[in-house]
Amino acid sequence: MALTREQVENIAHLARLELEAAEIPQFQQNLSRIVDFIGELERADTAGVAPMAHPLPGLTQRLRPDAVTERDEHELYQRNAPQVASGLYLVPKVIE
Amino acid sequence: MIHRQTLSQLAAALRARKVSSVELVRTYLARIEASQPALNAFVSITAEHALAAAEAADRALAAGRGGPLEGVPIGHKDLFCTAGVRTTCGSRMLENFVSPYDATVVTRLRAAGAVMLGKLNMDEFAMGSSNETSHFGPVRNPWNTALVPGGSSGGSAAAVAARLLPAATATDTGGSIRQPAAFCGITGIKPTYGRVSRYGMIAFASSLDQGGVLAASAEDAAWLLREMAGFDPRDSTSVDAPVPDYPAGLDAPLAGMKIGLLKEFFDTGLDPQYERCVREALAVFERLGATLCEVSLPNISLSVPVYYVVAPAECSSNLARYDGVRFGHRCADARDLQDLYKRSRSEGFGAEVKRRIMTGTYVLSAGYYDAYYLKAQRARRLISAEFARAFGEVDLLMGPTTPTVAFALGAKTADPITMYLNDIYTIGANLAGLPAMSIPCGFAAGLPAGLQIIGPHFAEQRLLQAAHRYQLETDWHVRLPEQYA
Amino acid sequence: MSAWETVIGLEIHAQLATRSKIFSGAATAYGAAPNTQACLVDLGYPGVLPVLNAEAVRMAVRFGLAIGARIARQSVFARKNYFYPDLPKGYQISQYELPIVAAGSIDIVLEDGSVKRIGVTRAHLEEDAGKSLHEGLGALTGIDLNRAGTPLIEIVSEPEMRSAKEAVAYMKKVHTLVRYLEICDGNMQEGSFRCDANVSVRPLGSDQFGTRAEIKNINSFRYVEKAIQYEVARQIELIESGGKVIQETRLYDPDRGETRSMRSKEEANDYRYFPDPDLLPLELDEADIEAIRAGLPELPDAKASRFVSQYGLSAYDAGVLTASRDLADYYEAVVHAVPQQPKLAANWVMGDLAAVLNKEGLEIGSGRLPAERLAGLLVRIADQTLSGKLAKEVFESMWSSGQSADAVIEAKGLKQITDTSAIEQAIEAVMAKNPAQLAEYRGGKDKLFGFFVGQVMKATQGKANPAQLNDLLKKKLSG
Repeated sequence: MALTREQVENIAHLARLELEAAEIPQFQQNLSRIVDFIGELERADTAGVAPMAHPLPGLTQRLRPDAVTERDEHELYQRNAPQVASGLYLVPKVIE
Repeated sequence: MIHRQTLSQLAAALRARKVSSVELVRTYLARIEASQPALNAFVSITAEHALAAAEAADRALAAGRGGPLEGVPIGHKDLFCTAGVRTTCGSRMLENFVSPYDATVVTRLRAAGAVMLGKLNMDEFAMGSSNETSHFGPVRNPWNTALVPGGSSGGSAAAVAARLLPAATATDTGGSIRQPAAFCGITGIKPTYGRVSRYGMIAFASSLDQGGVLAASAEDAAWLLREMAGFDPRDSTSVDAPVPDYPAGLDAPLAGMKIGLLKEFFDTGLDPQYERCVREALAVFERLGATLCEVSLPNISLSVPVYYVVAPAECSSNLARYDGVRFGHRCADARDLQDLYKRSRSEGFGAEVKRRIMTGTYVLSAGYYDAYYLKAQRARRLISAEFARAFGEVDLLMGPTTPTVAFALGAKTADPITMYLNDIYTIGANLAGLPAMSIPCGFAAGLPAGLQIIGPHFAEQRLLQAAHRYQLETDWHVRLPEQYA
Repeated sequence: MSAWETVIGLEIHAQLATRSKIFSGAATAYGAAPNTQACLVDLGYPGVLPVLNAEAVRMAVRFGLAIGARIARQSVFARKNYFYPDLPKGYQISQYELPIVAAGSIDIVLEDGSVKRIGVTRAHLEEDAGKSLHEGLGALTGIDLNRAGTPLIEIVSEPEMRSAKEAVAYMKKVHTLVRYLEICDGNMQEGSFRCDANVSVRPLGSDQFGTRAEIKNINSFRYVEKAIQYEVARQIELIESGGKVIQETRLYDPDRGETRSMRSKEEANDYRYFPDPDLLPLELDEADIEAIRAGLPELPDAKASRFVSQYGLSAYDAGVLTASRDLADYYEAVVHAVPQQPKLAANWVMGDLAAVLNKEGLEIGSGRLPAERLAGLLVRIADQTLSGKLAKEVFESMWSSGQSADAVIEAKGLKQITDTSAIEQAIEAVMAKNPAQLAEYRGGKDKLFGFFVGQVMKATQGKANPAQLNDLLKKKLSG
């Protein structure tokens, strides 16, 4: 199945990726190939088969006791941040 | 010749004070430095850290203390977070990222006494089968630098194959340990999902990723895995089960072991010379007392399409956190928030990562979720059930690790599907969470071929035992590329 | 009469009162300096993983049991994917297809006193997001992720409310319930308890739903009422003038008293939910659930019925007194000290005490007037030490001075005179002073009895015990 240019642009937007105009045909072609390829799944007879989200059967979620185990390390953690002030991470203005 | 010794021999020599950790570290650092221009196996070389750690290890050994790997040099694939040492994941996105914490694997190996010499190159975010997607340039195969080392753990595999390190950590999401092990002629093990903590291991596809080992032999892999494996309360998918003493079980005989040949792996696309190597290896197992039979997994051909739905779906979500706000690459002069997101991500990620993020976004999006994501998860259960059925009849499954030996750089970059199909034999074990190995089993056209061994959940001990017994009978695993001999 | 029917469904977000976050060991305390309570997991750092807080699970189950809902034996965490600066991972961990709490219901009392049952579709566990701060940063927005990862239970109602008042009654009832259960502090100013309202209108008698607007993040009962009223009027006006309601997210602006479209949420979202591969299915067995059930407190509706039967209170009074667990506990502590006077206790708690608390903006649990102290006053009313009038005076002094009733009575000398000889003395003195009236009374003018009572009261500054005075005066006057 060939993806349209618009579909590719829409996916890129959902994924917050900016594709240059010149790149789009390439992605369109690659993604169409990939979509065709995974489309082979259609022929699998999966009637009555439950989806499998985890590779190990029967495991269930473990619970953690409700205890505070972390300390304030924001200065260390913010060393990787591109822009901070007064302990806040900064981004261009968010309009609600 | 220090570098020709195995990790277990080195650990013993260190303990016997026949060699110091500082000597070892200097030897390997010199080999690393010399290899970098040709192989590019390392993203970061941490010489100072390593020498300081080696000195501390020597002091511990002198005092009769220290862990089982005290003073042994190793390297970490550059997606294991290391506090104070940058962790790039092979991406421009994390080019300057310095983790404030250590991955559990890193902590455990350090506690066992291992000394880290550096961070190993890899495909960007572990997405690739040739190590050509790294932002830090491709890694080359020590057997022939015109060829790829495999991926995504190409740096780890090349480094061990050229004995720049006795062993290294690696990860395997769809074959990223086993395929490079095969291409580089070394031993690699991907344990059962949940056996090794994923905490601090930068995620590609969370339900498939598993940390493991690339080493020179099954015995060395056993030594390293014993220290890496085990329950971690920080990882909800970590399994709380005791870790066997893997090295202790290596010598058990194989008599009576039932080995299944994966029929479909021999059916299509397998290089004839490669096949001969694998068949000869199987004959060795027969001589060792194992019985062989053919096993069919009719749905195994679905594993690649299943994988290329599930892995991109998970990765599209896992990589959403790279938004230029808290860490990682941020574009210059963002006009507004959307511009910040889009340009930071587009500049920070390479083409293959973008392709996978977009594929994953597509298969999860409204209207496609059922047809792709859910369908793939159902097919995943079919494949998993076929493996389970097979292990009702046999103790281990064997077959080739890859359809061909290492290919040339650039040979498969034009078409993603051609590249994806290189993982056709390895992906099944990830989908089903099974432990799997690749061990050297000969040479096809002068290049290493790999025998893949797959076991039921938590059968690492059995895998290592079979591999070790084979390696006692053969010498493929001790052969080195001429230049690094 | 309006030709339109309003249809309202609420999604209430209650922050669970755990010490640590839902998936990390960072503290949840309110008001810390920015990002000082955001650990690596909360920040979505590369490589980190979530581990579920047991207490958050227990609290969600408590809620489910309290509304008579089915507790899922297996529930699943899913990722809701979208980009927003206060959402560090680019996805929110929530529950989608298999929530922990399935259908239940909550009864509300309407203005006419009748009871209406509102269906609760589901309640699920999820993590809260951080906060965006816009003040004083010019062209930038600051992100504080302290709140990120705070456990929430999202309680989704059926679209069964038909007026803003019903919506408020429902929200208040949920608020009462979560505080009874001690799973949420209910602090609306701090955002611990807030709601989104889905509002639509349709022609009366229609069984189709109209297009709804979602009003986001309303954090007071009054705003819920105002926002819904505004939105209903807006939609009706829009339709009646030939327009069409569009499905959108709106924000209530309390300063202007209106709702407006949220620009940032304009585009249609495609959240791409899928099961979170970092978390396994959450399983609860019968024993887990029964253990939690055994720890449930008496719930407001049950408590109110008990107050009616045990203390003989009216349904209305019982409803008021059980509106919060603190109030109900306070009332019962008072009754415990004056077991014969449950109505007197109700009158004082709902009357003078409620008035003064309200005036000073205090909560019943503030400790300003402990139940034992109010009970001390009621004891003195019951044993006739104080008349009703004196009691009010004593109460005022107790409130301002913090003293016990007895101490106030003692200090002010307000104690009733119940000593027979003292009253007799006072009577005799009055008789001696008023010989003419005495003669008239004895001559048959019974009406003068009241005169003598008044004189004695005057002489004793109103402290003579009225009943005793009555008896003694009759005897004395008759000679």
